[in-house]
Amino acid sequence: MTASTTPPSAPLLAIRGLSKAFLGVQALDGVDFTLRHGEIHALLGENGAGKSTLIKTLTGVYQRDGGTVALEGREIAPRGVEEAQRLHIGTVYQEVNLLPNLSVAENLFLGRQPMRWGLVDRGAMRRRARAILMPYGLSIDVTAPLGRFSVATQQIVAIARAVDMSAKVLILDEPTASLDAQEVAVLFKVMRTLRSRGIGIVFVTHFLDQVYEVCDSITVLRNGRLVGERRTDELPRFDLVAMMLGRELEAAAHRIDIGPAEVDSRPPLASFKGFGKSRSVAPFDLEIRPGEVVALAGLLGSGRTETVRLVFGMDRADQGEATVDGRPVRLKGPRDAVRLGFGFCPEDRKKEGIVGELSVRENIILALQARQGWLKPIPRRRQEEIADRFIRLLDIRTPDAERPIQLLSGGNQQKALLARWLATEPRLLILDEPTRGIDVGAHAEIIRLIERLCADGMALLVVSSELEEIVAYSRRVVVLRDRRHVAELRGGEVSVERIVAAIASETPNTEVRQ
Amino acid sequence: MMLSAPGPSRNLPQYGALLVVLLANWLLFPDFFAIRLQDGRLFGSLIDVLNRGAPVALLAIGMTMVIATRGVDLSVGAVMAISGAVAATMTGAGWGLPAVLAASLAAGLLCGLWNGLLVAVLRIQPIIATLILMVAGRGIAQLITEGQIVTFTSPALAFIGGGSFLTVPMPVVLTILVLAVTALLVRATALGLMIEAVGINRLSSAGAGVNTPVVLVAVYVWCGLCAAVAGLIVTADIRGADANNAGLWLELDAILAVVVGGTSLLGGRFGLVLSVVGALIIQAMNTGILLSGFKPEFNLIVKAGVLMVVLLLQSPTLTLFLPRPKGARPMGAVKPPVAPPPVAPKSGGAKP
Repeated sequence: MTASTTPPSAPLLAIRGLSKAFLGVQALDGVDFTLRHGEIHALLGENGAGKSTLIKTLTGVYQRDGGTVALEGREIAPRGVEEAQRLHIGTVYQEVNLLPNLSVAENLFLGRQPMRWGLVDRGAMRRRARAILMPYGLSIDVTAPLGRFSVATQQIVAIARAVDMSAKVLILDEPTASLDAQEVAVLFKVMRTLRSRGIGIVFVTHFLDQVYEVCDSITVLRNGRLVGERRTDELPRFDLVAMMLGRELEAAAHRIDIGPAEVDSRPPLASFKGFGKSRSVAPFDLEIRPGEVVALAGLLGSGRTETVRLVFGMDRADQGEATVDGRPVRLKGPRDAVRLGFGFCPEDRKKEGIVGELSVRENIILALQARQGWLKPIPRRRQEEIADRFIRLLDIRTPDAERPIQLLSGGNQQKALLARWLATEPRLLILDEPTRGIDVGAHAEIIRLIERLCADGMALLVVSSELEEIVAYSRRVVVLRDRRHVAELRGGEVSVERIVAAIASETPNTEVRQ
Repeated sequence: MMLSAPGPSRNLPQYGALLVVLLANWLLFPDFFAIRLQDGRLFGSLIDVLNRGAPVALLAIGMTMVIATRGVDLSVGAVMAISGAVAATMTGAGWGLPAVLAASLAAGLLCGLWNGLLVAVLRIQPIIATLILMVAGRGIAQLITEGQIVTFTSPALAFIGGGSFLTVPMPVVLTILVLAVTALLVRATALGLMIEAVGINRLSSAGAGVNTPVVLVAVYVWCGLCAAVAGLIVTADIRGADANNAGLWLELDAILAVVVGGTSLLGGRFGLVLSVVGALIIQAMNTGILLSGFKPEFNLIVKAGVLMVVLLLQSPTLTLFLPRPKGARPMGAVKPPVAPPPVAPKSGGAKP
């Protein structure tokens, strides 16, 4: 697929030994990446792999610490997005970074409007805008504000702008994250057209089906290091997932069969039928029984977080029904969920979990107080008892209960949030990445705690990227891929290999993606 | 900034500033602290400061809780005008005092409800949401008074502005009363905690099951009620309702009082008593400038100077250069280091 005009010795973009550190954390460590002319190259990796650092170093947002970047054999070191653009590197982000209140034409020519006698030549701008969009099969009113069009159209306009500014390298950072299946198809057509014109595309996505549909090559990063570069047609899905998750796995475990595992006859505590939200997660069925740990496994962006947010009412489902104790319930918001005896420790502790300036004590009693209502205050002494009990029980490291929670370490904040929900004696506790960003010691304590909690009869729904953890504490694992629930492993079926195999498995109905 | 350290040392800047301003007044005007009893009512410059400061102190009480939720209420001055217009017009039409008071307070409540619904349900930014009533409110007040300055002669209503109870002027009595009731309402229930939680992190609070819309509506309603009481006092004092000038620009004094009192505009911890102290600092400055014989125009410049100093002390950029007490915020925190006073232990003895 290499263009004939360029010798194979000089690829379009050659990154060698790229390194970048932030405050002592090595975000990129000697990474190589090669992009050829007329190639769509997937850049894959889980959280913290270094994808965005690589892209930002490439586009001049960050300056590299070491290594070389060569564009068609010429060394480059852009110091800003504009300079990268001049060097023929264009970027389109998931959140389109154009101006929605300006017209399509103005967006296309922002900062480089065709001028006549010192004034913007609007006629020429419109004509050229239409001409630019023609090859993309986009015949829209270029004088209408960009924000009036769908995200997919906006993205194509952004791509058209980048390509028109003579991009040779086009970086698409999760462009499909908020598109529906039809829009993805349109985008892929555009990408293939650009490929045939010799443009090299770096494609960042979380959807494996899309990788196999449109990409020629794959580069996988993990923890800031290069895991490997492969041609897509030579890399089975199972191996790809293993590369991303960092496991050496036996190929024998490829086949997954959900056998007639032991059937739990107890009535479910909560059950969800056809529950889902368009553009977030495809409708799913889920049953949770008392004393059970159900884990949600999958790659980043596979719909795990989206699922638990629907269950807790943080986001509102637009289809399906939920029942608790056999009675239909409405989950319009977290308050409904709290009243049903649910608790939720979100993934983003700082933004959605802690109330930073309030004390540890106030953070711990907040959910209990909210459930009781403001008219029935928990007496100060009772608050102190509750706080002290959980500080002891969970070993929260704080000088005293009156310290603002924001001054505690991440692990201790997480434990305080657990305490907030335990104080309400929940029937179902939902934990989204309970061990993320927590030091090893606290990590083990939180896992022990999870085991103890379900022994006490509480149901747990846990999202985790740590497969060993999941295997250690759950008897039932729901596996997600590309925003749908694709498999459920029970009892003896639960193993790291099987989870990976389920994530990598190919389902025939890929195009029905929600 | 030691949030957990109890004791009055934390509030020293506010009390200190009040003392400095009072002493400055005393230097300019040696009779400043002289108080005399006449016709069963206390008189003197100090009493004047309390009496004249009452409307802004009342506004500041309501404003404190709105600001604690990370909001602001620009409409309080206009709400004063509305409540005053209702009181004067109804009194003129021959209604009795209970009906007049009820109607005025109800007007304030409705205004607060309107603001609260815009902010909590329609999620309009507070500064814009309350700007609507700030502008429209004066028009509404003028419609009520039919464009006239409505005067009245009812001694019952005038008593609220000019009367006294146990020698203390009524405006001061009402302010203390409202302060006590408010403190009881927020500190003897869990409302105060929820207000602070919503102000610090609305998302986390909602996730913990706090009914954030109800909390938000409640603070705006209370703020409207406080403004209505302030409007009654001003109207009773001048025995008439001036829809154009009653409470004009007082919303800005109220915000200033709250900020001087140490409640951060970024929401969170609040202190009701300290906001009242802030209002008294402002009034003491006003009185001092009047007594000193300077032109009243200086008043505005001095006020602006004080505001500047307070905001500079809260500026995240500047605080990087100030010495940082032990146990202060971690790097990158953007909240101001001016101690947002936590549960003010003095707030009307309303500790649960």
